[in-house]
Amino acid sequence: MKFDNVIIGGGLSGLTCGIKLAENGKKVAIVSSGQSAIHFFSGSFDLLGKVGDKEITKPLEAMQQLPKEHPYQRVGLKKTSRLAQDAQELLIRAGVKVSGQADKNHFVMTPMGNIKPTWLSLDDFTTFDNATNFPWKNAMIINFSGFLDFHTLFIQDGLKKLGVKAEIKDISMKEFEAIRQNPSEMRSSNIAKVFDQGNAIDEFTQKINRRTVDNDVVILPAVFGLFNTTIAEKVKKNIDKPVLLLPALPPSVPGIRSQILIRNRFQELGGTYFLGDKVEEGVFEGKKLLNIQTYNHGDIKLEAKEFVLASGSFYSKGMIAGPDSLYEPIFGLDIDGTKDRKKWFDENIFNDQAYMKFGLKTDANFKAQFDGQTIENLYVAGSGLGGANPLKEGSGAGISLLTSLHVAEQILKQ
Amino acid sequence: MTKKIFDPFNISDNNFEQCVKCTICTVYCPVMPVNPEFPGPKQSGPDGERLRLKDPGFFDESLKLCLNCKRCEVACPHDVKIGDIIQSARIKYSENKPKVRDMILANTDIVGTLASSLAPIVNTAVALKPVRKMMDSVLKIDHHRMFPKYSGQRFETWYRKNAKKTQGNFKKHVSYFHGCYVNYNFPQLGKDLIKIMNAAGYGVHLLNKEKCCGVALISNGLVNQATKQAKHNVKAFTESIVEKQMPVISTSSTCIFTIRDEYPHLLGVKNDEIREESELATRFLFRLIDSGELELVFKKDYKKRIAYHTPCHMEKLGWSLYSTQLIKMIPGVDFVQLDSQCCGIAGTFGFKKENYKSAQGIGQPLFNQINDTKVDFVATDCETCKWQIEMSTPSKVENPISILAEAIDVEATMKFWNK
Repeated sequence: MKFDNVIIGGGLSGLTCGIKLAENGKKVAIVSSGQSAIHFFSGSFDLLGKVGDKEITKPLEAMQQLPKEHPYQRVGLKKTSRLAQDAQELLIRAGVKVSGQADKNHFVMTPMGNIKPTWLSLDDFTTFDNATNFPWKNAMIINFSGFLDFHTLFIQDGLKKLGVKAEIKDISMKEFEAIRQNPSEMRSSNIAKVFDQGNAIDEFTQKINRRTVDNDVVILPAVFGLFNTTIAEKVKKNIDKPVLLLPALPPSVPGIRSQILIRNRFQELGGTYFLGDKVEEGVFEGKKLLNIQTYNHGDIKLEAKEFVLASGSFYSKGMIAGPDSLYEPIFGLDIDGTKDRKKWFDENIFNDQAYMKFGLKTDANFKAQFDGQTIENLYVAGSGLGGANPLKEGSGAGISLLTSLHVAEQILKQ
Repeated sequence: MTKKIFDPFNISDNNFEQCVKCTICTVYCPVMPVNPEFPGPKQSGPDGERLRLKDPGFFDESLKLCLNCKRCEVACPHDVKIGDIIQSARIKYSENKPKVRDMILANTDIVGTLASSLAPIVNTAVALKPVRKMMDSVLKIDHHRMFPKYSGQRFETWYRKNAKKTQGNFKKHVSYFHGCYVNYNFPQLGKDLIKIMNAAGYGVHLLNKEKCCGVALISNGLVNQATKQAKHNVKAFTESIVEKQMPVISTSSTCIFTIRDEYPHLLGVKNDEIREESELATRFLFRLIDSGELELVFKKDYKKRIAYHTPCHMEKLGWSLYSTQLIKMIPGVDFVQLDSQCCGIAGTFGFKKENYKSAQGIGQPLFNQINDTKVDFVATDCETCKWQIEMSTPSKVENPISILAEAIDVEATMKFWNK
């Protein structure tokens, strides 16, 4: 099968790169071994939230303080501002309704009741101008009886620190009795499926209105609108008081909705998305990758002019750490990271962990390397690039989006 | 450049220790939203397996509610064979004995042999309301179900009388695993396949006595019989593929999926020698066209609006692209891709009275989409999906091979390789 470009990895990075290429007329295929980490999406895309111990309000400006091996520095700080704008517009074109600015972070509340800086937030979620000014005084936190993935006491504690009084109430409804039969399966996505059918909204919002007469804000888990994109809006409209949705534990309902929208956008542009397939190996000629072989397609190989590896870091098995080995499992590419296991981690889990910065070795144009030689048509995008600690920095989504667009631009220049 | 081979660190064959409890599979299970009795893929699969390995007493009969659609496996980012774990646990631990009804539904070839010899009587009888009511109350086969009609003449009989002689005229050859549906219910699909393959320059041959793939035996707990049939089929496939160098093609996605993947994964029947060359006819044709060895020429006056439904096992195989690409090659086709979602019937599952409501609940979103998409007919590669869609919507359903057979210009296509 012939394509212009084949992307390995169907998460935020692979899809962004795929959409950019397809928007520019390329015939693109994405191979994804299962669903992606967008299913754990908090609802906000971070660009840069912290450098060292300092919280960041101006992410584009603060990028100057990052080390030169950091992906943002490697993309080039002149370019990051334009790519950030591009990324936001690309998401909006896909129907993912986000707002925010790359030169100035806004703030959102976390499921732990803290307020933290971020770049783009889905319009499901309420944003604040700063970390200390919570606009309400008397909150009602509502949960579904039997729903274990929304930790109301943490939120109450967090609000207390902000000087906000918060009560907690559970709501039971006939519609949720069926999914409650199996307590460990009372998940956000299952609740969302009940709302998706449309029947439960009125009774639910009426109940809330009756119980929150004295409150000035209603806090709910973000379990609205999985396949149906209008539910969250309806719930907010039917509730008399302002509604603050907070992320629940995965699977993330707004995340899955976003994933579906982004994938649909890619497919509407003519892209081919192979889900649940695994790339087994590649055939090289000299310094070029000719084609890749997948488990499902066997001898019908996927050929392309350029390939992008967006298979992620350790969590998604873009890289694998064995008891005493560190490797990239598809092609056996070079990795920037020590093989000495003792140097991978710090025993204090909250300290900076060395392995977090491990990534695939790439040249200045983000091309992958094998035995020290650059492969001319295999690019790396997203978290597999390493050089950053996305967890500490609050930079994971930004790195995925910006490096994918950067790589797409390199390919389009060819 | 060759990569080093890395050793996996697994003790299981089904990757159950790779589960990171991410819950993604639970989002895509078609059963959970309609039947809360089913504990879902995560709990029934890797979570439960941990416990069952310690003490088989943890096995729960509710695992029979799994459709074996494998959509959890397609969704899993860590390649955990969730469906295989569940089905293997049923095989290993279930103490439920198959009922008479289950044996009737599962033995598609014995029942098919009997029914096709008495086709006019059987077809009339099972279509009668009183008979269906009786089957409902005695056998617990839901009375809403319409049985597929049995054909008076089996495909194998037709083939021997009408097609066999001419197949030697071709330079290249394939074997055809027709399956029970083509043999007993719908020989026309087999005839369509021969028309297409002959036009493409291939003689079509039958295997040395194929047996039912056994998918219904597996799902109804008749594992010993399924294993016996699997071994027989692997032998017949080996004769064709290894000894005669004739690949085996099929027109049923579930048959071929069972033979390729369920034989080794669930029945422990090895098929390494034959797996790669056992495939769906649409994939075989796509490969020929993709590599420039074949060109299909179509009639100019064929004009149809067609929607493709992706059967669960096609989603798992990842092969729907082959069928849809072929349909899209027909110039007069206005193509609509339906969302990939389970139709609910899952082979014999939907025939059982206790499952009827679940089956229809699962399929409802698909039926709604079909009803909203004005098309001439629906295309799909699975016969039970066809029955379910034809029973639950006003749409007719065609196999992609039948569509190609109707649209193809045989003479013009033959010119290409006769040159």
